[in-house]
Amino acid sequence: MPTVRLQISPTPAHVRTARLVATAVARRAGVADAALDEIRFAVGEACSRAVSLHQQFAPHELVTLLLTDEGTYVVTVCDAAPSGSETTEGDPLELLDRLNSPMQRVSDQMPAGFGLAVIGGLVEDLEITDATDGPGTLVRMTWPLSGADHTSRR
Amino acid sequence: MDLSLSTRTEGDRTVVAVGGEIDVYTAPKLREQLIDLVSNGNYHIIVDMESVEFLDSTGLGVLVGGLKRVRAHDGSLQLVCTQERILKIFRITGLTKVFPIHASVDEAITATD
Repeated sequence: MPTVRLQISPTPAHVRTARLVATAVARRAGVADAALDEIRFAVGEACSRAVSLHQQFAPHELVTLLLTDEGTYVVTVCDAAPSGSETTEGDPLELLDRLNSPMQRVSDQMPAGFGLAVIGGLVEDLEITDATDGPGTLVRMTWPLSGADHTSRR
Repeated sequence: MDLSLSTRTEGDRTVVAVGGEIDVYTAPKLREQLIDLVSNGNYHIIVDMESVEFLDSTGLGVLVGGLKRVRAHDGSLQLVCTQERILKIFRITGLTKVFPIHASVDEAITATD
């Protein structure tokens, strides 16, 4: 059972709430202070990605975050968008080519999969899998707990 | 913290000082600011990010969009940032090769002169 389960409607305003909760739980669980920024950025990116997908494909479904701290700190962000609606293909550096293309129209949209690529750059232990109980993707991010801090803060 | 924006003119440069969090919720506000500036003929923009506390790919997209818009007018968009946690996002995405990133507004102004 997760330590904390959080569900948010796919609204941009709730993304901040999600990353604040994830960071607060991490701090309490005993994650090293140096990793807290990484958690804030990675969870924010994962939730931003999920909310954007839900707005497009599943506007009435909630985005779910599962936070556990049993041995390691694990944050799983679950979306309900159809599998394959976003690919992980490509490299963020692909953007450079797009940006330099004279035919590229002015757009603020980043390439598909860009959010996942950012998370991949931030999180060493990252697992991306399809949901088994319906459409969707699970973005599972894991960080070690600091033993001493973990003991003293609980 | 929400997003704060203020603009000022330094010679023929327009400095946009950004504070707070640039994310999927607040990024549209920055996008509108950059579009307004370009629409009003400001093609050399410096975005001062020293007070930015959070940046996600939505925010990066807005900055890239701003760069494309000023480039369409032979302009420039430069960034000011010394915060390691924000610089890391630019490095991960390779955008350090796209944006000139300076340590201060004065340095950015000098670089564009």
